[in-house]
Amino acid sequence: MRGQEVFLRQRVLPGLAMVMVLLAGLLAAVHAAELPALTGRVVDEADIIDAQTEAALTTKLADFEKKSSDQIVVATVPSLDGEAIEPYANRLFRAWKLGQAGENNGILLLVAPNDRRMRIEVGYGLEGTLTDLHSKLIIENTMVPAFRAGDFSGGISAAVDDIIMVLEGNAAELEARARRNASEDEEPVDWIAVIFITIWLSVFIGGFAMAILAPIFGRKIGPHTYRWLGMDISIGGGGGGGYSSGGRSSGGWSSGSSGGGFSGGGGSSGGGGASGSW
Amino acid sequence: MSSARILTGPSWGLRAILLVLLLPLLSACGYNTIPTAEERAKAAWSEVLNQYQRRADLIPNLVETVKGYAAHERETLEAVVDARAKATQVSVSPDALSDPDAFRAFQESQAGLTGALSRLLAVVENYPDLKANQNFLALQAQLEGTENRIAVARRDYIEAVREYNTILRTFPSVIWATLWFTDNKPYQTFTVSEDKLEAPKVDFGTKQGG
Repeated sequence: MRGQEVFLRQRVLPGLAMVMVLLAGLLAAVHAAELPALTGRVVDEADIIDAQTEAALTTKLADFEKKSSDQIVVATVPSLDGEAIEPYANRLFRAWKLGQAGENNGILLLVAPNDRRMRIEVGYGLEGTLTDLHSKLIIENTMVPAFRAGDFSGGISAAVDDIIMVLEGNAAELEARARRNASEDEEPVDWIAVIFITIWLSVFIGGFAMAILAPIFGRKIGPHTYRWLGMDISIGGGGGGGYSSGGRSSGGWSSGSSGGGFSGGGGSSGGGGASGSW
Repeated sequence: MSSARILTGPSWGLRAILLVLLLPLLSACGYNTIPTAEERAKAAWSEVLNQYQRRADLIPNLVETVKGYAAHERETLEAVVDARAKATQVSVSPDALSDPDAFRAFQESQAGLTGALSRLLAVVENYPDLKANQNFLALQAQLEGTENRIAVARRDYIEAVREYNTILRTFPSVIWATLWFTDNKPYQTFTVSEDKLEAPKVDFGTKQGG
């Protein structure tokens, strides 16, 4: 046993320390992807949508999210850097987390003008409503003819109208989804948590306050015992006070429709949708 | 003398000392990571199976539709039917993911189906009537979507397995792997080259037009 302890101290522990240092170095070397930032509902990196259409689209998409909670985002990128549009769209969709968390009801309309490719990437939650065939038909019948005529703004705008039309076609499901997510937005106050935290805080802080205030303002009546405000308070001498991080009661903002900024709601996509080229 | 004994294999005494020394560390980042990563990899694998099954389910309909227009492409059609039968027979349960032979057999059967399907879709190019058929267009769009879902599910699985295998081999979880989870073996992952697995392209005749 003695030999083992020596062995541990001399060989194992320095080795462990080294591995830990190496691991910390690895963790620091997390690299960033070269995807565009989600600056709004229309991210026109390739600059092919005119300002008027962009503003109209943004309003339309914001209104639609308010109504249905579905997040539709239009993105254009100048180049895919040799990547196929399908994996690129999926990466972008997941990086932006389109759609509400748990619902995965996001849609990404991606156009890469220099590669002459477009894709409608559909989140898990909308695969049953906006099927692959719907996406394909929207691309082939709405976008391709307009794009061939050089009308990117018109093609994208019409495609968004089509997508909304398909999503609204399933009216009952649309309303149900909106209700589900509307109730989350209101964030009802969790009274049980409030009461619990209040009691817990008063016990916790109250104990500390007594321990600190009694020796200051009270009258000493014995070793570690004080009389203050008509109470006899004895304080455990030397016992270390525990520390606990306070319970935060904030619910966190649900991203999306609130305020001027826009961000994905936490949804994901498994590669549903369709691609096309012109 | 005793140090020679340690080098031949971890004794219980050494294990106990290691555990006691590392307990504060392990409570923060250890025990749970291996089962968590394992379950995630299994879930990712279920999704892969799910999407391959979805593709297999589309094929009988596709074959029937093509038969109506291109009955004398019997060989190509039969090749697809055979490949599908083979692919549906070979399955890898989540508990057998560490078995290299089973995994290779699964990969090869699915790659065979992918190859047969792309030959069928190449043949279809010669039949304009078929390509204009609404039913066929729908099937083709679904097939293309499914191939893409398979690609996504495969990527997710590869990533989940990479994490799991890394956890089995790196500190501090490697301690748990050697002391406790001795049955956990690294999982197999996809190795078939990507060109063999390229999704069949749906054309809809747009290329000739433009």
